[in-house]
Amino acid sequence: MYGNDFSAPTDASDDIPGGGLLGEVEAAEAELRAAAARERRGGPAPDEDLAAYFADVVGSEQKIEPRDWMPDAYRRTLIRQIAQHAHSEIIGMQPEGNWISRAPSLKRKAILLAKVQDEAGHGLYLYAAAETLGISRDELVQLLLDGRQKYSSIFNYPTLSWADVGAIGWLVDGAAIVNQVPLCRCSYGPYARAMIRVCKEESFHQRQGYEILHTLAHGTPAQRAMAQDAVDRWWYPSLAMFGPPDGDSTHSAQSMAWKIKRFSNDDLRQRFVDMCVGQAEVLGLRIPDDDLRWNEERQAYDYSQPDYDELMRVISGNGPCNRERMAHRRAAHADGAWVREAAAAYAAKRAENREKVAA
Amino acid sequence: MNGPFDFTLGLGDDALIAAQRLAEWTTRAPEMEEDIALANIALDQLGAARLLLSYAGELEAAGRDEDALAYLRDDREFRNALLVELPNGDFAVTVAKLFFLAAYQVPLYTALAGCADERLAAIGAKARKESAYHLDHGALWVKRLGDGTEESHRRMQSAVDEVWPYTHELFGADPAAPVDPSTLRPAFDETVGAVLAEATLTRPEGAWAPAGGRDGVHTEHLSYLLAEMQVLHRAHPGARW
Repeated sequence: MYGNDFSAPTDASDDIPGGGLLGEVEAAEAELRAAAARERRGGPAPDEDLAAYFADVVGSEQKIEPRDWMPDAYRRTLIRQIAQHAHSEIIGMQPEGNWISRAPSLKRKAILLAKVQDEAGHGLYLYAAAETLGISRDELVQLLLDGRQKYSSIFNYPTLSWADVGAIGWLVDGAAIVNQVPLCRCSYGPYARAMIRVCKEESFHQRQGYEILHTLAHGTPAQRAMAQDAVDRWWYPSLAMFGPPDGDSTHSAQSMAWKIKRFSNDDLRQRFVDMCVGQAEVLGLRIPDDDLRWNEERQAYDYSQPDYDELMRVISGNGPCNRERMAHRRAAHADGAWVREAAAAYAAKRAENREKVAA
Repeated sequence: MNGPFDFTLGLGDDALIAAQRLAEWTTRAPEMEEDIALANIALDQLGAARLLLSYAGELEAAGRDEDALAYLRDDREFRNALLVELPNGDFAVTVAKLFFLAAYQVPLYTALAGCADERLAAIGAKARKESAYHLDHGALWVKRLGDGTEESHRRMQSAVDEVWPYTHELFGADPAAPVDPSTLRPAFDETVGAVLAEATLTRPEGAWAPAGGRDGVHTEHLSYLLAEMQVLHRAHPGARW
């Protein structure tokens, strides 16, 4: 999961959340295949300017691949974005991991454990995509541990009840998918392909979260209250995942031109709200916004903005759990150092022995 | 122990408590790949636990399903061996527990796959393939740590020494059971002996053989584990999840 809070809408009446989004992912995948099948320019003409060639490939909806020339700023932007995304997957394991040991049934425990494991897999997959841009995973992990690269701010909020696991699936994964579906059409090939796979799995996660909330909302009064409380706490932080309002977004214009980004923060936020309203009705849970109402003229819901000052406070390190999340990751990394050293020493001995045998 | 209910419950509890302990590593493993691997093994154990506990509930015929057995029993009613409830310790202790458990579960599930009880045979046939992977993974880490650095060797030997006494309980004789655990000891000894030797580790001597898990007399650790595992389920009696 991933937001745009560092710096494709489904039908609102669709009672299978993620269904419409999954359709968009599949469309992007088909488009990617079609683009790959089309005649692609194999490289710049002898006298052609490299920047012109790059612009031509991007402009004709072809993918930039690792071997291609690209502007330094494009490379830097992608490394930053993909790394932040990878870090978010890894740090994002913590809030939900918090409930694995206490999951209320064995089936829910298995689903949650598998979900958190999927996130580790997404992290690895994304680090590998970043590595195609000429930086190593070790360097990126160090940037995270040193606090020089960020992760999605949503993970700096605590998971206080079991219903938070459901709310994260429904709202946080839902927002992440709305953010990520356009990335399946990103101009950088390895990232676009990674996003297709990630989005498919995230769609299952969103469905599972929705199902948890649905069960709670139709359960005992205490379960229902737990579900509503979780939605009350996660709604606005989820809206903030789309990042600052368009006027204040620093990276957006250039990323749009490069086709890394396809829609503005506010457009994506609107899509998310429009998607959630109908789903909340099916759940029987209230979205905590008194000003939420259908706007016939705009054919979209009017809604209250999240507290962007709060978002800025969380981004700058002062959310409820920033310190805890980083301390946890640093401790795991430090505690594992002797194991990684042992594995390296063992591998070196084995290689040495093989050489001796070969000689 | 008496009868297939107790036997099945014991194996189900081994798998459940092992899964609960392994899942504690999630977000804490020494490498991201290892985080995924330990979660995988935890998921396998949890899957086996669910099959075994569900079947135990059917054998008992008292209306208890997998969740009633997992969440509504106290520690004195659990029948897992002590080995699986021991705290995770450092990574070497976890590897020692994982390796010894797999070295027991592989021959156990293999024998179970050929037993007369069809349901247990089917569970054994599925679980033995998974256990074979757990054994590979555990053995690889025993060798890496045993024959890695000076520090890792020291930690791995210390972990083997610490966990070893708890392996004896796994092989308590039970001639009436679908598989008599005492018959699994030679296969276990062979596997463990070969891996420890390759890992430059010494197999501990000594007669201390703590036991009691199969009779519901556990270490102090189990009731804490259950308190955490069961807290939410028990706070909402009768609720569906």
